[in-house]
Amino acid sequence: MQNITNFLSHFFVTGDPMIYGADASIALASIGIVVVLTYFKKWKWLWDEWLTSVDHKRIGIMYIIAALLMLFRGGVDALMMRTQLALPNMHFLNAEHYNQVFTTHGTIMIIFVAMPFIFGLMNIAVPLQIGARDVAFPFLNALSFWLFFFGAMLFNLSFVIGGSPDAGWSSYAPFAGAELNPGVGQNYYLIGVQISGIGSLATGINFLVTILKMRAPGMTLFKMPMFTWSILITSVIVIFAFPAFTVALALMTIDRLFGAHFFTIAAGGSPMLWANLFWFWGHPEVYIVLLPVFGIFSEVIATFAHKTLFGYVVMVWSMIAISFLSFITWLHHFFTMGNTAPVNAFFSISTMLIAIPTGVKIFNWLFTLNRGRIEFTTPMLWALAFIPNFTIGGVTGVMLAMAPADYQYHNSYFLVAHFHSTLIAGTVFGIFCGLHYWWPKMFGYLLNEKLGKWSFWVFMISFNICFMPMYFLGLMGMTRRMYTYPAGLGWGPINFIITIGAFGMGLGFIIMALNIVWSAIHGKKDTTGDPWDGRTLEWSTASPAPEYNFAHIPTVSTRDAFEAMKEEKREGRTKPQLPFKPIHMPNNSGIPFIMGGFMFVAGFGFVFEWFWMGIPGLLGVVACMIARSFVYNDHHHIPADEIERIERAAGRLS
Amino acid sequence: MHENENQAIKQEHTGFPWKQVVGLILSLGLTFLALWVAIGLSLPVNVTLTIIVALAIFQAFIQLFMFMHVTEGTEPVHQIIGILFGIYVAFAVVAGSIWILAHVF
Amino acid sequence: MAESILSLDSKDKKNMPLEYTTEEGDLRIVGFWIFLAAELVLFGTLFASYLVMQSHTAGGPTARDLFKINPVMAETIILLVSSFTCGLGTLELRRHNTKGLIAWLVVTVILGFAFIGLEANEFYSYAVHEGAPISRSAFLSGFFILLGTHGAHVSLGIVWVTSIIIQLAQRGITAVTARKAFMVGLYWHFLDVVWIFIFTAVYLTGLVI
Ligand code: HEM
Ligand SMILES: [Cu+2]
Repeated sequence: MQNITNFLSHFFVTGDPMIYGADASIALASIGIVVVLTYFKKWKWLWDEWLTSVDHKRIGIMYIIAALLMLFRGGVDALMMRTQLALPNMHFLNAEHYNQVFTTHGTIMIIFVAMPFIFGLMNIAVPLQIGARDVAFPFLNALSFWLFFFGAMLFNLSFVIGGSPDAGWSSYAPFAGAELNPGVGQNYYLIGVQISGIGSLATGINFLVTILKMRAPGMTLFKMPMFTWSILITSVIVIFAFPAFTVALALMTIDRLFGAHFFTIAAGGSPMLWANLFWFWGHPEVYIVLLPVFGIFSEVIATFAHKTLFGYVVMVWSMIAISFLSFITWLHHFFTMGNTAPVNAFFSISTMLIAIPTGVKIFNWLFTLNRGRIEFTTPMLWALAFIPNFTIGGVTGVMLAMAPADYQYHNSYFLVAHFHSTLIAGTVFGIFCGLHYWWPKMFGYLLNEKLGKWSFWVFMISFNICFMPMYFLGLMGMTRRMYTYPAGLGWGPINFIITIGAFGMGLGFIIMALNIVWSAIHGKKDTTGDPWDGRTLEWSTASPAPEYNFAHIPTVSTRDAFEAMKEEKREGRTKPQLPFKPIHMPNNSGIPFIMGGFMFVAGFGFVFEWFWMGIPGLLGVVACMIARSFVYNDHHHIPADEIERIERAAGRLS
Repeated sequence: MHENENQAIKQEHTGFPWKQVVGLILSLGLTFLALWVAIGLSLPVNVTLTIIVALAIFQAFIQLFMFMHVTEGTEPVHQIIGILFGIYVAFAVVAGSIWILAHVF
Repeated sequence: MAESILSLDSKDKKNMPLEYTTEEGDLRIVGFWIFLAAELVLFGTLFASYLVMQSHTAGGPTARDLFKINPVMAETIILLVSSFTCGLGTLELRRHNTKGLIAWLVVTVILGFAFIGLEANEFYSYAVHEGAPISRSAFLSGFFILLGTHGAHVSLGIVWVTSIIIQLAQRGITAVTARKAFMVGLYWHFLDVVWIFIFTAVYLTGLVI
């Protein structure tokens, strides 16, 4: 009995009222979901239409829902930290809790918000933009999603079962090693992130092949929409950066579980090797979460300036340059590790080089706006606000790139301000921009403009109140990851302002959530499929797009293909209506979900070093793979008359 | 597309498998050559390492071309660029890590 | 004839081998090549870790103390020959000779087992007889994980080839099984490439330095 209570009190995180609160709310939410689904008899619908779906549009929506939920969790973490730091000597969180909270905040924001949100948007938009009926490997696409999802769930479970990781999102050795960090928290980080990382690699391959091989006839590489280009380059970076991370995480897991000595201090291990491998992935990761939003801004700015993008070719080549350079700048994250002068010099220069193609793009957007007929919609506001706010992050980044100066800025609030300027003004503004822009394509109605603008202004102004003062706080000497500070240093008032800004951003997010709810009920229907007068092919099909995307695959002859089609129509050159042909589509499959479930079980087993659970979990994964290999009949046909019926119902037949 | 299934396969697939046999002989030859350079000769360490690494790269390309048909397919340029990019990044991580960490431990 | 999910314009595929004749086969083969390119980075990172750690023996056995050239040569030759037999399998695939293809794949699997057996024996003797388990030093951690990852790939390859042998026996050579057989061949040759670098950068280098 004693043993059992002892075990349980370690298994479940105990002793903190906030965590009991979380336990209760998780339990209530789960019960609520089960009750609602059962009451409305929606289980079968959920399984048939969503959990087993291989349709890129549904997978995209599921990514975005998951990412929004994770953004909420990461945001609550951020507000907890800011509450603790609002005043000197606060006792809201203790040191240990503060460590856990910034660790989960950083990891969740990067791995479980930024990436899946981008993956969601690219799932929605890329196949439609290139005139394809799905991605190259729809089954694999579903598998990627479920690996991400179960990886994220495993990571979040740490909050209530076993304890959260606390070594920062960068999980530096030796602190993250078994000796200094016993317990399961760090295992959750290593394994949860690993599982979702495998999914990311698969997504990279999937989209690279999709874009290379499945473009509509006539769409040469240099006629692709800029968002598609950005995803092509991002996929390349994902494909070649993630394997390094997979290895780094695996090596640290092996250190912790099997007593190896990669990153330990004893027996010849090298903690610096961890920093080296982590950032070999970590720097390209920065571009993984930035290039796609550059693509989104390019689309949105061109659409609402009603002009074609200025300097398309330069933009493409600068992204290609970034894909090469992003793999040779990683050391700028640890200039202060004691490297030799030639090493620091090389990486300092390569870092400044990579700023050039990034800076070039800013001018492209400005020239696109120049003399455009600008329409200030919500997506456009996010895009316009991005330019100045992101530039501040970029300029401070170049300051940090100078190795000698970095000795001063390193790990101060100057750095915290810098990376939030790029991650929020870049990635977060970008995903919000894309969310508003493609929302009608996803759901067939528009988000409300008025609420959208409110959420924009509140969020954007609060962002500046929150993060601008941090630069000065950093220069005044406040270092990163401090859980409290004494009075009398002059930091108090600035910190208080920052916290006000943080809560303002929370308010902006709440308004956006309200907008989603309000518009779901009252939102304006998008009956044309082209609510923004768009320029690219996704706007040429119905909103929401039918399962097969296009009844006829479009033929492309220029950039801004849909704009050209509309031009032709205005000139009265319409093409004759072709007869419909049956369409070949992939079948749904439950295997990706089940495989993700086995991964979760295996991951949970390894977190607790329960090999009796971990190994059967892995065998389940292999069994799913073999089962899939023997499935031969994985496609079905949509008959021509059904296509005609669907097109007619969408009002697309005259 | 089903009519293709029974299409006769081109000439080079009939007769003695020269390509494969030459590939095997070359790989075995290069392996023993590398062994001899490393164990049999006593060159300076750096020279030995340079030679054996060069031999390994050569042998890898034999596999790539003789066995893996890297230049085959509807658009082989895709996989060729992919493999080249992989080689670039693999080189960056190996050379970079050794360069960076040689002096900090 | 149904319009396919893919918008790929049908290039002239008449002269292509069977595995490329469907659009699906074409996509998957390119995708698999890209996957192999990613694996290059995976192994590159493992090589980087091993090479950085090579001298960190922490007073334990060194490469020179442990490595013996005869078993290593045996492993190497077996793997090279298995790559050759696998290549002959692909040739039989191109000749549409199901029996020949299956026969060479069976030989390849047997050689794969022989390789894994030798490697397991080598690991066992280091860890148990020579007092050099993975936890002894950073050098040994790097060694076991680099070679173990390769060995795990070969083992998975054995399972995969076996599953394809079964499918070939059930269905003969079709566009789908041809694609699978071709892809598993690529995988097998790729593991041979990795081994060449292990042979050079781990064993030969270990004996020289
Ligand atoms: C409401 C908006 C946000 C606020 C108020 C906020 C606030 C904070 C704070 C207070 C810290 C800890 C600083 C420290 O003690 O060292 C932090 C760390 C961090 N944040 Fe945010 N953050 C926000 C949004 C984001 C977003 C959107 C991302 C990424 C997409 C992000 C990524 C990170 C990362 C990577 C860290 C570093 C964690 C670590 O030190 O391991 N944050 N943030
Ligand atoms: Cu960086």
